Amino acid sequence: MNPWLFVVAAYAVACLGTLGLTLASLVAMRRAERAAESLKRR
Amino acid sequence: MHAFANPTRFLSLARPLTGWLGWAGAVLALVGIIAGLTLTPRDYLQGETVRIMYIHVPAAWLGMAGWGGIAAASVAELVWRHPLAAIAARATAVPGAVFAAICLASGSIWGRPTWGTWWEWDGRLTSMLVLFFLYIAYIALADASADRGGGARVAAIFGLVGAINLPIIHFSVLWWRTLHQGQSIGFTGSTIAPSILWPLPLTTIGFTLLFTAIILMRMRMLLANAKLEARQRRMGGAA
Repeated sequence: MNPWLFVVAAYAVACLGTLGLTLASLVAMRRAERAAESLKRR
Repeated sequence: MHAFANPTRFLSLARPLTGWLGWAGAVLALVGIIAGLTLTPRDYLQGETVRIMYIHVPAAWLGMAGWGGIAAASVAELVWRHPLAAIAARATAVPGAVFAAICLASGSIWGRPTWGTWWEWDGRLTSMLVLFFLYIAYIALADASADRGGGARVAAIFGLVGAINLPIIHFSVLWWRTLHQGQSIGFTGSTIAPSILWPLPLTTIGFTLLFTAIILMRMRMLLANAKLEARQRRMGGAA
């Protein structure tokens, strides 16, 4: 068993999970704030 | 704490903080990860797989700290009816669940070459899995309460009761004979060699700052959605 396979797999899970969570939260926040702002202007 | 009860005042602080915390956390975590993968020696017993520690420990800490945050916000909701408490608790639930899942997944991957198994029903692993299920239940409960327009107190009580699991996770390695190693990092010192340990504070602080930025993003999203719904209700009532 190559130990680096396990290291890479663990880091992939952590980095993809963190990146996915960050991007999803950022997009949701921007979308919600834009929608609130556009309704305020109406 | 009540100085930030006003959402406008909170947002004036949260808007610049989100970016600063996010970027500082990302840079620190990245530096810690690169250092952990390239600059530290392999462990004499575990070999290269010891490097999984640099992401597994911060994920475990944030999975537990997330529920600690939910419990603290629940106290603020139940005792002081702080207007931002329920929003802070809801904003913490999904990031907490994600980091609890990362902890379980990275621990399982680490367990295979170290223990020879992907999973073992021992105290530490099982109590961490219970924490993940508590997060899922909390998210469902808080969302259902919000959809029905209120009922944040039920979610707050659940958040407080669920905190019982935190000392169980922490002391599980002392209370039961487990496959998981005992406590190796404390306030007074560590049993891990400094040459291996030093990138761990970098990744821990980095992921913590990033976690805080994510919570701020989700709080801003929930506040904007609440503002949007209130305005739509007013417009609907006026029509």
